[in-house]
Amino acid sequence: MEHAEGIDKGQIILYALSTCVWCGRVKSLLQDMGVAYDYVYVDNLAVDDRGKTMEEIKRWNPRCSFPSLVINNAQCIIGFEEKKIREAIG
Amino acid sequence: MGVESTELEKQIDALYEKLRKDAENAGYHLNPDEAFAKDLIRGLLENEKRYGYRACPCRLASSVRDEDLDIICPCDYRDPDLDDYGACYCALYVSGAVLKGEKTAASIPERRPSREERVDGTLTERFSNLPYPVWRCKVCGYLCARENPPDPCPICKAKKDRFEKFM
Repeated sequence: MEHAEGIDKGQIILYALSTCVWCGRVKSLLQDMGVAYDYVYVDNLAVDDRGKTMEEIKRWNPRCSFPSLVINNAQCIIGFEEKKIREAIG
Repeated sequence: MGVESTELEKQIDALYEKLRKDAENAGYHLNPDEAFAKDLIRGLLENEKRYGYRACPCRLASSVRDEDLDIICPCDYRDPDLDDYGACYCALYVSGAVLKGEKTAASIPERRPSREERVDGTLTERFSNLPYPVWRCKVCGYLCARENPPDPCPICKAKKDRFEKFM
């Protein structure tokens, strides 16, 4: 898990793929908003090391699709949903 | 690094041109946002290097080709997603309406069943008395009656393993 510095708006975790353009859009949005967040590029993990991370994602998003943005361990926004993300993080 | 990145840019440009031409010839369209499309093509090439096949850049590939046949670009879900949303899941391919700017491509829900559903949902063989089995290309829907599926699909050039036994 990597950390991006910024304003503390609670725990924000982005599960992403390094090759996915929509994941990139979410990352850019979080950067523009200037918030602190953690992220992991699941595709960059070795295939055998993905299990634990996939289980974490599955709790929030059974399809395990990307990007999955988990906010304050309370809600998950799936996909590049700019409006929803701005509303949820404020 | 400089030389390598130039080489990669050339590969991306070449694949972009090829995919664009193939798409237009078959009635499909690449995303008119060229930078966006090329970012996805960079991902396709990265996946080809990593896994040996061009898995969708917006989906997690398993590294086992047989498990990922449905998400090799163009994926099995492209046609229904173009119909319902005007773009495929990653938005490399878009509908005519998006191309003309009448509609915008956005992030869409994942249509691919979960891993468990894919395993459970294996189709039971449908028996028939036809003189030949009928094969269906899961990429473009082409049907043909012959002993084995063609390699590649004469319409969309998808490889033989993208065919399913239809009847």
